[in-house]
Amino acid sequence: MTADHGVAEYGAGDLVQLLTPEGLRLEHPDYPLEISEDELRGLYRDLALVRRFDTEATALQRQGELGIWASLLGQEAAQIGSGRALHPDDMAFPTYREHGVAWCRGIKPESLLQLFRGVNFGGWDPKAHNFALYTIVIGAQTLHATGYAMGMQRDGSENAVIAYFGDGASSEGDVNEAFIFAASYNAPVVFFLQNNQWAISVPEERQSRIPLFRRAHGFGFPGVRVDGNDVLACLAVTRKALQYARDGQGPFLIEAFTYRMGAHTTSDDPTRYRLASELENWKLRDPIERVKAYLSRNGLADSAFYEAIEAEATEFAARVRAACLSMPEPKPLDIFNRVYAGGSPLVDEERATYDAYLAGYEPADSVGGR
Amino acid sequence: MAPVAIARALNMGLRKALEQDPKVIIMGEDVGKLGGVFRVTDGLQKDFGDDRVMDTPLAESGIIGTAIGLAMRGYRPICEIQFDGFVFPAYDQIVSQLAKLHYRSQGLVKMPVVVRIPFGGGIGAVEHHSESPEALFAHVAGLKVVACSNAADAYTMIQQAVTSDDPVIFFEPKRRYWEKAELDVDAPLTDAVPLHAARVVRPGRHLTLLAYGPMVKTCLDAAKVAADEGHEIEVVDVRSLSPIDWPTVTESVRHTGRCVVVHEAQTFLGMGSELAARITERCFYEMQAPILRVGGFATPYPPSRLEESFLPDLDRVLDAVDRCLSY
Ligand SMILES: Cc1ncc(C[n+]2csc(CCOP(=O)(O)OP(=O)(O)O)c2C)c(N)n1
Ligand SMILES: [Mg+2]
Repeated sequence: MTADHGVAEYGAGDLVQLLTPEGLRLEHPDYPLEISEDELRGLYRDLALVRRFDTEATALQRQGELGIWASLLGQEAAQIGSGRALHPDDMAFPTYREHGVAWCRGIKPESLLQLFRGVNFGGWDPKAHNFALYTIVIGAQTLHATGYAMGMQRDGSENAVIAYFGDGASSEGDVNEAFIFAASYNAPVVFFLQNNQWAISVPEERQSRIPLFRRAHGFGFPGVRVDGNDVLACLAVTRKALQYARDGQGPFLIEAFTYRMGAHTTSDDPTRYRLASELENWKLRDPIERVKAYLSRNGLADSAFYEAIEAEATEFAARVRAACLSMPEPKPLDIFNRVYAGGSPLVDEERATYDAYLAGYEPADSVGGR
Repeated sequence: MAPVAIARALNMGLRKALEQDPKVIIMGEDVGKLGGVFRVTDGLQKDFGDDRVMDTPLAESGIIGTAIGLAMRGYRPICEIQFDGFVFPAYDQIVSQLAKLHYRSQGLVKMPVVVRIPFGGGIGAVEHHSESPEALFAHVAGLKVVACSNAADAYTMIQQAVTSDDPVIFFEPKRRYWEKAELDVDAPLTDAVPLHAARVVRPGRHLTLLAYGPMVKTCLDAAKVAADEGHEIEVVDVRSLSPIDWPTVTESVRHTGRCVVVHEAQTFLGMGSELAARITERCFYEMQAPILRVGGFATPYPPSRLEESFLPDLDRVLDAVDRCLSY
């Protein structure tokens, strides 16, 4: 492993890039992007708000309000670019780090926090948002995404599915089986791999001898590496891949080459396994700074714009915090709810027994309830 | 020697195993440079090299499947599964291959593989990080299943497991990883309690509490409280879930006439079911009360804000003790 982990490869010929780290706009013959000034400013706002949300969630964890937090720091462009490429009727299958995609799908931030606070396993309706629940078991969701896409295909749907996963996940059997099924049935699914260089402490080299996007070729579908810190490239490539799937051409793998700028989660200490200089190098490729540079350079945004976004972010963070702190606590008997769609006499019996047990401990004048 | 935490005792035991047999290797996710997410393998890669302590690709079926091949080739792999809930991608390799190879090969192929699994809840984690799947393994013929509850046992049991020619599923009580106890590192391993023996950890005459892993401490605490009310509770650390040390267990229950089994896993078809059934078969005429079970519910492990309600605690154990004593 080298000190500039990942960076040496960065900018290699294979990489699709539409916006350089300095904020210069590039054209790519295969991935043209039509985008309005408003849309550009909108992307900046998305990126800034999502980062602010992430910072606030990390703070809430530090203050004991969340059990753990998995930061998306550094991966905002990959998530916002791909998330904004989705049609509302497309379906997304996230890992546990897709807070930016969740934002694009209209998930309330506090619904995400519920999971990390430990009041439920995700407080949103996957169907209402076309955004599946977070999946913590690595790679499992890529098969669900493929099956969902197979269903869409049967239904003659015009839409497509996107499956998020990581560089580490690419080693799991489930992910490789998802590739096989998707190829075999020509399923309309885009596999969106965020290669953030690390699977906790394990570097990408342990998972693959070839650039991950090339895996797709062996399975018989296209694979492309995109600059994952370039929101425009992520948007353009994901749009094209989704269209490819919708057109009936089958699966597509996108490797968003990016970097996990924070710890794996708030429980992790990355100083044990990676050099600080690596992070410093990647900071030069910050996904938000380059959009800001582009907007400013082209006169698309002024200081009033940035100040307004900053104020909105501050207000947003305060709202998220308040929502987290006022979250209702689940009640003990909630444990027994909805284990089965059709109910279960065993669960009912255990609920009744536990209820009676709790009643024995309750002071006569107790309020609140179980 | 200063008291040592369970995680550290395991680390010391693993170090000894690596020192004593060059065929012993450690493999798993993040076990090398990071030293494992619980630091159980801390420093081992540095001292034994990345040939002996291997960070694997992120694939549990791959970890166990390749460990099987390495074992066929004469190695003794110790595999770490990062959390209980992530063993299932490897369940096929464990159940259909690891457990059966000795039998299928008419004893010609040995499977000296240890699978270490931090298990149980109580750490405020997100889902799949707090499960107690021990019965799912104890149910499989060909596997040995053990659970340590304290640092001294952790240190010896892990070394004993590594010398076993049969596969051992080794459960570690993750919420107790940082609890400390005295260790005698100079005592020869041959003097230690055998791997598959249960142990009376507190003697008593009125009732037997059977537990293993994280619940042993809960039961010891309960026994202390019960003592204030004049009840002398015997606590048996079952330690080995397959095979079970029936002589030790039944002797205790014959002597007390009453028994409560405690584990975090759901009671429905949990270890308590087998313990209760077989003890009843063997001790029926000496028993004063039915065997009661305290455990998790027949639900998925709940979100962490509810885990205190799901997990057996002092009160729930004492409640069962009282009910059992009142027969
Ligand atoms: C099946 C399974 N094994 C192990 C884990 C523990 N674990 C959680 S995240 C992680 C690393 C994932 O790396 P990657 O796929 O690159 O995603 P990233 O966390 O970098 O976003 C591991 C090993 C898990 N959640 N599921
Ligand atoms: Mg990763």
